[in-house]
Amino acid sequence: MSPRRSLRARLRADWPLLVMTAPAALILLVFHYVPTLGNVIAFQDYNPFEGNNPLEAFVHSDWIGFGNFETLFQDSAFWDAVRNTLSITLFQLVFFFPLPIVLAILLNSVASPKLRSFIQGVVYLPHFFSWVLVITFFVQMLGGAGLLAQEMRRHSIHEWNIMTNPHAFLVLVTSEAVWKDVGWGTIVFLAALAAIDPTLYEAAAVDGAGKGRRLWHITLPGLRPVIVLLLILRLGDALSVGFEQYILQREAVGRQAAEVLDTFVYYQAIIPQQWGVGAAAGLFKAVVGLVLVLTANKVAHMLGEQGVYAKG
Amino acid sequence: MSARSDIARRAVTVRPVWEERPSIAGEIGKGAVLCLVVLAVLFPMWSILVTSLASRETINAAGGMVIVPKEIDLSAYVTIFSGGQITRAVWVSVMVTVAGTAFSLCLTVLAAYGLSRPGSFAHRPLLLYFLLTFLVYPGLVPSYLVVTGLGLKDSLWALIIPSAVSVFNLVVVRAFFMSIPAELIDSAHIDGASEWQILALVVLPLSKAVIAVVGLFYAVGYWNAYFNAVLYIDDNDKWPIQRVLQSYILAGQSPHLSGAPVNLPGITAYPPTLAVKMAVVVVTVIPAILVYPFVQRHFTKGMMIGAVKG
Repeated sequence: MSPRRSLRARLRADWPLLVMTAPAALILLVFHYVPTLGNVIAFQDYNPFEGNNPLEAFVHSDWIGFGNFETLFQDSAFWDAVRNTLSITLFQLVFFFPLPIVLAILLNSVASPKLRSFIQGVVYLPHFFSWVLVITFFVQMLGGAGLLAQEMRRHSIHEWNIMTNPHAFLVLVTSEAVWKDVGWGTIVFLAALAAIDPTLYEAAAVDGAGKGRRLWHITLPGLRPVIVLLLILRLGDALSVGFEQYILQREAVGRQAAEVLDTFVYYQAIIPQQWGVGAAAGLFKAVVGLVLVLTANKVAHMLGEQGVYAKG
Repeated sequence: MSARSDIARRAVTVRPVWEERPSIAGEIGKGAVLCLVVLAVLFPMWSILVTSLASRETINAAGGMVIVPKEIDLSAYVTIFSGGQITRAVWVSVMVTVAGTAFSLCLTVLAAYGLSRPGSFAHRPLLLYFLLTFLVYPGLVPSYLVVTGLGLKDSLWALIIPSAVSVFNLVVVRAFFMSIPAELIDSAHIDGASEWQILALVVLPLSKAVIAVVGLFYAVGYWNAYFNAVLYIDDNDKWPIQRVLQSYILAGQSPHLSGAPVNLPGITAYPPTLAVKMAVVVVTVIPAILVYPFVQRHFTKGMMIGAVKG
């Protein structure tokens, strides 16, 4: 088939492909793009009772410019949520991000393939558990009625409950995230490790490079593109730290420590039906996220890395 | 086994001549870390399983969570499966997972095939339309308004349709389709096969592995979904299992169990609450563990195909 066919000829030949693509495209239109455009209610005093459905209400609601954003930016709870979100991102960047790399290097050095795939099988597993389950596991092990507290009581040590302590919340959510996803995170690094040419190690060893030198000069540079890629993605997502994990623990730990941007929208907009303000917060998050991804990608290009998408 | 693969295998397992002998301390440290990692995953699962099977005496003696099994007492499971809220929630979750996975796989496979032919009509703009969802996304409020505006509140379809298409999964399947040699598809065309026939008879039989992986991802997503039930399902007769697990264990609200005591020979009338709770946890974990071994070997392959190029 020649690549240069007229549009009409292509349409005649390819219409079944379009029909196949249509249902998925329709779902994305209704549940992704329409709500994305629907974010404009951030500039409205949106009132659902102005019509029989959201569309009518949208048409009849008043436009108020940046009023919702003013309300939002004057709300100290909003800035608490932003601060909590950013500190969680930062904390996890330091204490979570490197762990899959370390674990992947460790796994890669396990000589027996059988043993290695057993360990992989075990550590991937928690990735498939829901957040409800992960937090239930933590409660049953470390919570007030859990195994640890129960053993401490038995040996009359002063009890200590990390599940309800707002000061330890960063450590808690990071431990949960590590437990759930550290194994899964190794997959992409293991693949990158397998792609490193083994003769490089041999040549370096012959030249007198020890274990540490080989790690520093061969293994880590081999992983660098993947590390940069994941860092960019993580930075672009700086304002989303996950949702269910926080909403599930907000009661136990308290709003002050556990409110993140997403839970803020749920508790300050959906429950009290402050639609305009909630949409403003959502839009703020989406725009900042987009800017972050594009910026991080640009920086990666300037550093000579490939980034998420190729230039141009 | 051929001599060649035997050599290759030995090359993996035996230390090459240039590598220094591993230090004993290093090996012990490595082993200890890996043991710890494996135990951190398996130990909580073990304790929860054992507690769900424990009798009242064992739980009382342990003071709560049990580590050493004394007996196997199934009364907690009998209780949660003899009607009431938890039985219903398991049903809801099974239905949502089965229907949702089938629906999602259909949409994804069709669209992935439709987008797998560079140079076809409107290929680039359509692909961009799908990929752009990674960059712009709706916030919670407009999505909520759209779903409720369509009358999906308190309908189980609200747990399926809005999240039915994962563009990530679509990209994985599409990349796999594109790796199928074009000659196969061209020759089918020449033999007069329609696109539908090519998809069903040529492409799908070659794609079992990727479909298994993507199907697992979808199924796990549907089974694990919790927050959309918080948003859209107020009627607690329609709650999926994750929602019930949260309200029962994390929020401490008792579910409506069937009132009848368990009538099995040699079993206490009412099983201990903790065992019932842990049985609900086990039931929620089981599907993930059941499907896991079948698809585990495909993970790396499936994941890497998606990573190569969109």
